[in-house]
Amino acid sequence: MTELEKKIELIKEISGSDPYKCMRCGKCTASCPAYSEMDIKPHQFASYIIRGDLDELVESKAAWKCLGCFACIERCPRDVQPGKLVDATRQIVARQRGGDYLQPEEVPELLTEDLPQQLLVSAFRRYRR
Amino acid sequence: MQKIGVFVCHCGTNIAATVDVKKVVELVRYEPGVVFADDYMYMCSEAGQEKIIEAIKEYKLTGLVICSCSPRMHEKTFRACAEKAGLNPYMVEVANIREQCSWIHKDKEEATKKAVILARAAIAKVNLNTPLKEGESPVTKRALVIGGGIAGIQTALDIADAGYEVDIVEKEPSIGGRMSQFDKTFPTLDCASCILTPKMVEVNQHPNITLYTYSEVEKVSGYVGNFDVDIRKKARSVDADKCTGCGECSAKCPLGKIGNIPSEFDRGLRNRPAIYMPFAQAVPAVPVIDRANCTYFKTGKCGVCAKICPSKAVDYEQQDEIVTVKYGAIVVATGFDIINLDKFGEYAYNESPDVITSIELERLMNAAGPTGGHLERMSDHKQPKDIVFIQCVGSRCDSEEKGKPYCSKVCCMYTAKHAMLIKDHWPDTNITVFYIDVRTPGKNFDEFYRRAVEQYHVNYIKGQVGKVKPQPDGTLLVQAADLLDGKQINMKADMVVLAAAIEPNPGVRKIATMLTASIDNNNFLTEAHAKLRPVESPTAGIFLSGMAQGPKDIPETVSQAGAAAVKVIGLLAKDHLKTNPCTAQCDTLLCNGCSTCANVCPYGAITYDDVQVMDHGLRETRRVAQVNLALCQGCGACTSACPSGAMDLQGFSNRQITTEVDAICR
Amino acid sequence: MAGSIMKYSYYPGCTLKNKAQDLDKYARSSALALGFELVEIPEWQCCGGVYPLGSDEIATKLSSVRALNYAKEQGQDLITLCSACHHVLKRVNDDMKNVEDIRTRANNYCGFEEAYAGETKVLHFLEVLRDVIGFDELAKKVVNPLEGKKIGAYYGCLTLRPGKILDFDDPENPKIMEDFIRALGAEPVIYSMRNECCGGYTSLKDPEFTKQRTEQIFDDSTGFGADCLITACPLCMFNLNKSDAKTKVPVYYFTELLAEALGVKEGA
Repeated sequence: MTELEKKIELIKEISGSDPYKCMRCGKCTASCPAYSEMDIKPHQFASYIIRGDLDELVESKAAWKCLGCFACIERCPRDVQPGKLVDATRQIVARQRGGDYLQPEEVPELLTEDLPQQLLVSAFRRYRR
Repeated sequence: MQKIGVFVCHCGTNIAATVDVKKVVELVRYEPGVVFADDYMYMCSEAGQEKIIEAIKEYKLTGLVICSCSPRMHEKTFRACAEKAGLNPYMVEVANIREQCSWIHKDKEEATKKAVILARAAIAKVNLNTPLKEGESPVTKRALVIGGGIAGIQTALDIADAGYEVDIVEKEPSIGGRMSQFDKTFPTLDCASCILTPKMVEVNQHPNITLYTYSEVEKVSGYVGNFDVDIRKKARSVDADKCTGCGECSAKCPLGKIGNIPSEFDRGLRNRPAIYMPFAQAVPAVPVIDRANCTYFKTGKCGVCAKICPSKAVDYEQQDEIVTVKYGAIVVATGFDIINLDKFGEYAYNESPDVITSIELERLMNAAGPTGGHLERMSDHKQPKDIVFIQCVGSRCDSEEKGKPYCSKVCCMYTAKHAMLIKDHWPDTNITVFYIDVRTPGKNFDEFYRRAVEQYHVNYIKGQVGKVKPQPDGTLLVQAADLLDGKQINMKADMVVLAAAIEPNPGVRKIATMLTASIDNNNFLTEAHAKLRPVESPTAGIFLSGMAQGPKDIPETVSQAGAAAVKVIGLLAKDHLKTNPCTAQCDTLLCNGCSTCANVCPYGAITYDDVQVMDHGLRETRRVAQVNLALCQGCGACTSACPSGAMDLQGFSNRQITTEVDAICR
Repeated sequence: MAGSIMKYSYYPGCTLKNKAQDLDKYARSSALALGFELVEIPEWQCCGGVYPLGSDEIATKLSSVRALNYAKEQGQDLITLCSACHHVLKRVNDDMKNVEDIRTRANNYCGFEEAYAGETKVLHFLEVLRDVIGFDELAKKVVNPLEGKKIGAYYGCLTLRPGKILDFDDPENPKIMEDFIRALGAEPVIYSMRNECCGGYTSLKDPEFTKQRTEQIFDDSTGFGADCLITACPLCMFNLNKSDAKTKVPVYYFTELLAEALGVKEGA
């Protein structure tokens, strides 16, 4: 298997989701609160992964903009769980060196008096490996 | 010793490519009992069968082994061929060297070895075959149709017109089914009632048809040609012989004005009185009292309907009545309903009265419906200017708890119909349809849908709806995806219509169990063969008509109804049916009366009787098993369960099975 | 209920000890007033705030596994207040019950005396109110009914979804918080944004986006007449408070209003 093929297989494995079940109905895209921020839309993740279009996937902003709110997972009629595909993509990127979306050095500037720990922890978990 | 002929079929390359048929012939030629062995390209063909007949005559064969495809394909063919040549058809065995050999193996050497073993086993069995004789059972020339919708009505009419008696059992107070609730039907836009009610009247007046409405099938026993059915005629509380259908009772029932009993026929969009006819054209035009909600039955007060009935037809004392009728054939035409939408809260169906289902829309647009045919929002009775249709609600859904995996087939067409009818009446309405695919698989169907787009400018958007959001100003905001233009849109709507998935009517599983008719995980009744026998159940004597067998529209339903009728007529036209001679037999001298066999028999074919037995010179009365040969299907459960070996299966006796095993293990 | 007080293992979560102390302290005092006690489990670690979706992630679930196992050893149900902790704990519990790979590896690592297999029941505080106490009983104990208040429940996303695993309420049409509001004597306000995400952790790097979301939430809830919102999530509370929407209204932790209605707010 090429490197690319291996990465795609890894995404499928980590997500535990079967992208072939997707029937391109668009309900995930219709439900996504972060739609406006996404370059690759939720319903497109399945086809990108099937085609093995990894380059575009790893460059995408979408993986970082996903809120992890599970609306797409709850409503998908085919149990494709697109949110899991998005998250698996994010992990593939984050696990690479230099792939993090948030660096510790950035944090002091962003801190405010009332910022809850929950925000920092969640952000660290989602924006880094 | 038998004189057995063995024929090995090439089946073109199906068998010959993986099995060396000539070698098989060589190796079985010297098996005990074999006097003739040959191979041929296609044994089932006319030429192939000629060879068999010639061999039987020339070699005076007493038994045949055909090594070919599965007996499910051609056992009948070869038995008939043997009979033509004067050989008892039950002296024929089929060794399946195709589905069980050539089609599943790749190695020719292995496959050939296996084919030889299978042939040997069949030969060993035929050596012990006895010439069985088929029995005969009578046929009651009366058919039962369960369900009085368009499917049941059409089937009944076709059977009755052919001269046979047929009964329709319908659980609602009136026949007509789902179609009677519709407004217009695609693709012709005929008024549903206009084409249905004449048939309903015809059914009511036909001399060969008996209607049991407000009735249910309670018990079924028997077998093809001889079913005994208990029908429960639920108490209407109205004497049908006296009632003239004037409707005074419903008009005067106090619960009609002050009550809150939702009308099932109007899908809960308006209320009905406790004594009611479901709709004005009901057949029979006799009301029923809903005893669960009627004041008189709940508290003993009221009684207005009985007082004002001019024909004195109201009878509070009426009881349910059970009638038992004999039938030769039963047709299941139990129809459908739409799924429960509780699991689709994102569409706000339970929250907003302006989110409705397509059937509710049919009632709103129907001139006899709750709004007299005016399209209005159920919240404020204003006419909707912007309507959104959402397709595939609960269809094509992989999650069992939420929806159904199949496509409901009729929704794309009926939504196009709804859109065009609304636009026709009220051209200023904006209509948007959110779809995944548009499926139009019928004659003139795609042209119908294109008319909606090109002539009526209905806005079809490919993409699903994520959420329907009720707004403070009483409108709805529909959050959806436009996949082809790549947008997430928030569209204002005054009314949202959900094309909900269809499912077979609840209660069909109970009926299928009563009939021992196959039913699948989606509660559709299964056909004997999906392509070649679509209107027959695998259970002999049971036939399928309409949505009960699978999603379909009215043209298909009527076609299928006719097909089911023809099959029924074919059955009823016979005076006798041949029964399977491979039935169980009890050796009364060995039977110890333990009842094990009766307990395992799935067909209820075994009873125990006291019989006189001569044993060692003594006459005794013993309790032994008796097999009803007409009910017995030869499954062999009793034979394997019998602890004393008293029960044996003709055609598949214990000795025959062991001799097959011996031949395999040689 | 008579005499002995019902004890639950309590998992507060990191934020409740610091920036969201209100959520915690009002919960404790309300619990006592209602006849049960929240016993904080010793040596808990932060749940991580988000449930790791990757099928090969084990380490990030271990803090939850330890908390769950502790509760099992105590023979108690595990209660939590924070929406995020509720989500993570229930999902990890489901994994430990149903996913053999995760269960085996987590148990191998943790080395408990007895392997943990999802035996503990995880409850959100609201579930205790609904299923153990009962909203009718709660209503009886209310001394300051919040009459006249029109309260919008803000569920957010983490309490409800995925519906099958969290088994908290109907994810599209929930009732639990509205029933809670009614039990306190106030009028619940239903609006469609109540189960839509506020933006969550994106407020760290993309605060403009979160502001858009919270503005929609305020517009929608006040459009239907809400004069305040309640929530169970410290992150939602933070994001909502950061909003500069014109329709912004006060946001309270549900436990604060509970304590007020039960008359135990002052001593908390």
